[in-house]
Amino acid sequence: MMEFSVRRVAAMVRRYWYLLRSSWPRILDLIYWPMVQMLMWGFLQTYIQQNAGFFVQASGVFIGSVLLWDILFRGQLGFSISFLEEMYARNLGNIMMSPLRPAEFIAALVVMSLIRLAIGMIPVTLMAMAFFGFNLWGLGFALAAFFMNLMLTSWAIGILVAGLLLRNGLGAETLAWTFMFLLLPLCCVYYPVSVLPDWLQWIAWMLPPTYVFEGMRALLIDHVFRADLMMQALALNVVLFAAGCTAFALLLRSARHYGTLLQMGE
Amino acid sequence: MDATATAAISVDRLVKTYGPTTAVGGISFQLMPGTITALLGGNGAGKSTTIATIMGLLTPTSGTVRVLGAEMPRQRYRVLHRMNFQSPYVDMPMRLTVRQNLRVFGELYGVADVEGRIAELAAALDLVDILDRPAGKLSAGQKTRVSVAKALINNPEVLLLDEPTASLDPDTADWVRTHLERYCRARGATLLLASHNMGEVERLCERVIMMKRGRIVDDDTPQRLLARYGRETLEDVFLDIARGRGEARETTSP
Repeated sequence: MMEFSVRRVAAMVRRYWYLLRSSWPRILDLIYWPMVQMLMWGFLQTYIQQNAGFFVQASGVFIGSVLLWDILFRGQLGFSISFLEEMYARNLGNIMMSPLRPAEFIAALVVMSLIRLAIGMIPVTLMAMAFFGFNLWGLGFALAAFFMNLMLTSWAIGILVAGLLLRNGLGAETLAWTFMFLLLPLCCVYYPVSVLPDWLQWIAWMLPPTYVFEGMRALLIDHVFRADLMMQALALNVVLFAAGCTAFALLLRSARHYGTLLQMGE
Repeated sequence: MDATATAAISVDRLVKTYGPTTAVGGISFQLMPGTITALLGGNGAGKSTTIATIMGLLTPTSGTVRVLGAEMPRQRYRVLHRMNFQSPYVDMPMRLTVRQNLRVFGELYGVADVEGRIAELAAALDLVDILDRPAGKLSAGQKTRVSVAKALINNPEVLLLDEPTASLDPDTADWVRTHLERYCRARGATLLLASHNMGEVERLCERVIMMKRGRIVDDDTPQRLLARYGRETLEDVFLDIARGRGEARETTSP
């Protein structure tokens, strides 16, 4: 019985890397929206800071929010788009018929999500420093904790979306682009959880990114690193990641049952 | 020894249904190692479903499919590195060059010397001049040759081909057939071929399994089929069966 193979994971990463480097619009797309968002929210924050005392103290909270949101959103998108590339290329049959195991496929998509995120976000964080004096890297260990938790959530959702695409074909493509936006209002990216109605706060606290964004505000406004929030986010992420993998396995089994691996169109 | 145990591909009472629709209705056959067999039938006969089940892409509703002794799809990872396939319904990534595509698949299939194998296939399938060209820029015939190269990248013991010479001009098609035939004879590989090109089937295959509405309606050598139906070409035999002059047989083995 063949076990997990790093060589096969590397082969898939190579496949996506060949694609990425051969296509400048794909690379531009990685940087374009994060840059536009960062500039828009940065200038808005500059304007508000000039007119409201609270935001003078909470310097960088909007830019921090938008950068962390982009890590969450782009992390999932990087995962899902690499998967979608196989469907666009009508290559999924070749992949599913090869010895590549689902866990190896997922590992390759995770690596590509990190590569795509690095290409997109590193220049944007440097621009945030140049334009607004906001140094995301200066968050140090806190940034590592935020990043790890956000990436785990993005991969869990990416895995679920990949399963839905396998089961439902390109008819489910919209989910790849929009699923994360369901979380945008609930995980309180730009405002504290306390502004939500009580019943919605329960839902918000079930989502790992909520803890990250609360933790970021605690760091930037109160200058306190909330390790407790990060640990709670990690625990929820473990559950979410396991749920994503289970859903993927069930959807893949269902795809084999209903024959949808052979009909990857709409 | 039991034929099922030694067969390269063994299909036993395979049924596949989608709701009320029966795609394959209880077929059985065994393919011995080193044989070349055609699976023929009109549209909706159940050929693609049968091949997809053999590849492990579909779970049977009932019955079993074994490839090189492994039950599909449950034990597929035991044998997927020893099989391969080619189909007009899948493509290779268009922006990647031929060499990059073959390299990725070589790595996926665990080929020891990928570059050496690519060089061998390029020479054998006349791909040398197009190795560094993006797959999307190739002609239909070149694409087919590249997909055949991908199907042979791991020196498979079991090869499943769906319309391998579709869209090729007669000269190139003949050339590809010759290469496939030589490969199978030299490697002792088992080849299952789905095709609508009856000349191709007569040329390559020592056995023909005819399907209609999810069932096997005949199964024999091309020569014996021609004799039994009193026809001069397999195309006429195919038309006889498609138009209802064939008799269904549940389980056959020549």
